[in-house]
Amino acid sequence: MTAALIDLDHVGHYLHWGFIQLSVANAVIIGLMVVIFVVAIALPFRAGHRARRGGR
Amino acid sequence: MSATTDPGAPAQATPDPDVARSRMWTSRLREAAVRSLPPEKLLPDTQPSYVASWVYVFGVLTLAALAVIIASGTILVLKGPSWWHLSKAGLFMNSIHLWSVELFMFFMVLHLWGKFFMAAWRGKRALTWMTGVVSFLLSIGAAFTGYISQQNFDSQWISTQAKDGLNSVGVGAFFNVLNFGQMLLWHVLLLPVVVVVIVALHLLLVRRRGVVRPLPLPAHRRSVSRETSPGHEQVVTAAAAATPTGGTTGSPLGAGPADKTS
Repeated sequence: MTAALIDLDHVGHYLHWGFIQLSVANAVIIGLMVVIFVVAIALPFRAGHRARRGGR
Repeated sequence: MSATTDPGAPAQATPDPDVARSRMWTSRLREAAVRSLPPEKLLPDTQPSYVASWVYVFGVLTLAALAVIIASGTILVLKGPSWWHLSKAGLFMNSIHLWSVELFMFFMVLHLWGKFFMAAWRGKRALTWMTGVVSFLLSIGAAFTGYISQQNFDSQWISTQAKDGLNSVGVGAFFNVLNFGQMLLWHVLLLPVVVVVIVALHLLLVRRRGVVRPLPLPAHRRSVSRETSPGHEQVVTAAAAATPTGGTTGSPLGAGPADKTS
């Protein structure tokens, strides 16, 4: 079997803030979601052909 | 006594077939359905200009992921556990099913964030918002029963941890996470059917009410709030969809004037 890109054969890494405990994997996913959300708002959306011709 | 007709008696008219047809429940249901969701609303070919934003893509990405989930899950059901555990094709399809669920939850949460910051329940769209919330909660249940149907150590760990939580709120008697057969049936039949039905209802409501207008910019908020009753907002949205210059554009979280797009 092909080796995994990330070695999963060990105890996971966790972040702790007081009573909050979050795995690094989940923190990375949440961070990625925030980045994609911000990019989706900031990035211009290409309009359709009919709109560029004016009107419909 | 002469044979005369009584002018006050009701006329013996032959029943009109059109009237009789209009009284049938099928025709009444059809007319009500067309009235509430006419074909041009059900399958529109234009959208207001503010829909031209990547934020609106998250909803359709969620739907695409759901379609892959249903398709891959159907194949897994048809082939059976020994196939998805032992064969290479089965393991691949199992992974497709898992990762489409990951993407489904990923995009659904992004869709939720977008709609929350747009206050997308405005303009008689409360039921649209609520069906979205319910489908989100049901999807968590569907994913959970999927994780405890994996038949591995991970599923054993999840189910034994979850049983204490579920027992503490009193649902363990009829939702027993240690009962593999029950959890598998919830996962492959009950929850998917309910999720698909609720999502379909959510989509029909989106088509019926249209996409919510962006929130007004702070400078315009006071003047807009005076005139934005729920009914008014829907009229404005419909007007924006019907005229080339009636919509708004810019960030969906704050609007400015512009034209509409296809």
